[in-house]
Amino acid sequence: MDLKLTPEMEAFRDEVRSFLQTHKDRYAPNAGAERPREAALEWQALLIDHGYAARTIPREYGGYGAEPDILKSRIISEEFTAAGAPRGFANQGISMLVPTLLEVGSEEQKKKWIAPTLRGEVVWCQGYSEPGAGSDLASLQTKATEDGEDFLISGSKIWTSTAAQADMIFCLVRTEPQAPKHDGISYVLFSMKTPGIEVRPLKTMTGSAEFNEVFFTDVRVPQSAVVGGRGRGWFVANATLKHERGMLGDPNATEARFHSLIELMKTETVDGRRLIDDPVMCDRLMQLQARVLSMKFNGLRLLTASMTGESAGMAALVVKLQGCELNHQIAALAIDALGELGVLYEDGPYLRSKGSWQRSYMFDLGLIIGGGTAQIQKNIISERGLGMPREPKLASV
Amino acid sequence: MDFSITQDQKMMADSLSRTLADSVPLERVRRYAGDPADAGSDIWSAIADFGLAGVVTPEAHGGLGLTLLDAALAAQALGRAVTPGPFLGGVAAAIALNEAGSTDQQTRWSPKLASGEVTAGLAISELVAGARDGAGVTATGGKLTGKALFVTDALTADLFVVADRGGNLHLVKGDAAGLTRAAMITIDQTRRVGELTFRETPAEPLGGPKTLARLRDAAWVLLAADTLGACEVMIEKAVDYAKERRQFGRVIGSFQAVKHMCAEMAAELEPCRALVWYAAYAFDEAKDESSLTAAHAKAHTSEIGRFVARTATEVHGGMGITDLLGLHFWFKRVGLNRQLLGGPERVRRLAAQVQDLAA
Repeated sequence: MDLKLTPEMEAFRDEVRSFLQTHKDRYAPNAGAERPREAALEWQALLIDHGYAARTIPREYGGYGAEPDILKSRIISEEFTAAGAPRGFANQGISMLVPTLLEVGSEEQKKKWIAPTLRGEVVWCQGYSEPGAGSDLASLQTKATEDGEDFLISGSKIWTSTAAQADMIFCLVRTEPQAPKHDGISYVLFSMKTPGIEVRPLKTMTGSAEFNEVFFTDVRVPQSAVVGGRGRGWFVANATLKHERGMLGDPNATEARFHSLIELMKTETVDGRRLIDDPVMCDRLMQLQARVLSMKFNGLRLLTASMTGESAGMAALVVKLQGCELNHQIAALAIDALGELGVLYEDGPYLRSKGSWQRSYMFDLGLIIGGGTAQIQKNIISERGLGMPREPKLASV
Repeated sequence: MDFSITQDQKMMADSLSRTLADSVPLERVRRYAGDPADAGSDIWSAIADFGLAGVVTPEAHGGLGLTLLDAALAAQALGRAVTPGPFLGGVAAAIALNEAGSTDQQTRWSPKLASGEVTAGLAISELVAGARDGAGVTATGGKLTGKALFVTDALTADLFVVADRGGNLHLVKGDAAGLTRAAMITIDQTRRVGELTFRETPAEPLGGPKTLARLRDAAWVLLAADTLGACEVMIEKAVDYAKERRQFGRVIGSFQAVKHMCAEMAAELEPCRALVWYAAYAFDEAKDESSLTAAHAKAHTSEIGRFVARTATEVHGGMGITDLLGLHFWFKRVGLNRQLLGGPERVRRLAAQVQDLAA
């Protein structure tokens, strides 16, 4: 254990700070699910130029081309958070498609797609889940039948965020219906403007449509759009699903949210008394703080493991399960501490934090379910982490 | 930046676990637990021969000169093996001497504590967990009067670190005039606590409230590490049992209900490891964060410890509650650790106070 940084790393931190100070007036958040606006595209370009976005993507594909250095990435992340500066885009195209292409894409696919994706000019959506294929993703039924040089794709996808804004989709389709279920899938890229695609917004309990359903009817896609080989789609997708799971339990985001909760409880009053001065509420806050710190330090442990190339084992397997649950609990305490005010929503003179605690509470329940349900996570922990018998071969054990 | 334990630390912990498996197997613990007359001196010898009695004592005084993290890793191994012995009091006494002892006190006591020749008990419960039944010690003119409860190794220790009502610390010899000792029987027979009664008992001063806070933080980290080790073993035993035990024609570990109990235990316990490491590290290297992280380590591992102890027992079915299986030694160890020097609610109040979130 030695948490001190070397002088080189301290110097790097200063460099990031001074960049953020110098360019303060150019901060431009990428507006959630919306397509990025002009200012956001410029901010992203500036970040790539300085290596604060697309840092380790090779220059020939439009990245900054730095050697991977997890510690520097972390310093960048910490300094951006501290300065309240918007990070580079972290959409599904950048976090999931780009690593996939780098790993298994053809040279032509890399050249064509990575750079515009990094710059935010091409927006992607992910077509994985289907109404009948959730936790059992490999049973997906959207079919791609050969038609000359092309595939004709028919079927439907669900939980497709950004489908309405997306230019392109990376999509899992069944190309070999006779093959065992994991071997008959291909990973294909195609334009969302292709005829035969219909997008329907999927409104959730939050009141917003954070997701969509996408329907395909004989959508014509060239066979050359397959990434990583025909019938290899399951393995191509799995190589990058782990990135999504890591993203879903980010302890830095949790810590920031916990600090907002402390602020809320220090500033809000009931009967003229601060929420934090209620011993029961204070105790609940402290219970959550222990968990926030545990996950933060667990994150440092994972960081060290990835720097030394060691397997983090159980410490990595628990992040999605524990992290998503913790976020949900933080929102739950904020709502309870606010009491009656905690159920106000959307608009009104008494509304607190723009209703964001309720929104988080509901949306985070979706994240506990999405990206591998809590129950699937427990299967993974018990099977891979504890070596217990695998599902679904229960009867044969 | 390196958030991990070193190769040396790993080797030390593994080697300690092997030593304990050889010298203090469960049968030995069982005998100690069942016989109040068993002083466990062979057990302490094994620990002292390993150097643990002087783990944080400077090399100049015959110790290993290591950190609280090393002591915590040792405590974790002791918790794994439910090993009896005055380790907690010894580390606390060493820290008190390191940080507040005069040269004379260090010369007189530190080497003997480090070799294990002298054992120490810790009597700070009234100041940390709160005073019960009128307990508390008053110091007047270098003499102590009153009583202290939940003193570690009260019957057998040669030396005590005692906190008076004002939070000042004193060293009291086990054979000092006016000192009487009585056992307090707890659920956990692998560690012994008791009551000390002082009647104008001679004592030497050893630091004030600041040192007391340091001892409290160190003890919280060690208790958390002990619980962490005990829980690791409980999960290992539950998983092993679930892979062997057959019902309805299959191993019970193939039932999702049982797998998920095991997964939940592991998912809850694993992050505790990083918390305990950090709290131990902060004690030496980030002192301004020490009290907060020690408190959270103590309270949180106690909460998770209770969950793991009951769930691991449940996975074992009826066997889990038998004396024969012996799982209850770990169950009770975790139970004592939870209350000793403050239950979670009380400890969390301090966590809130040190960051000005509570009065």
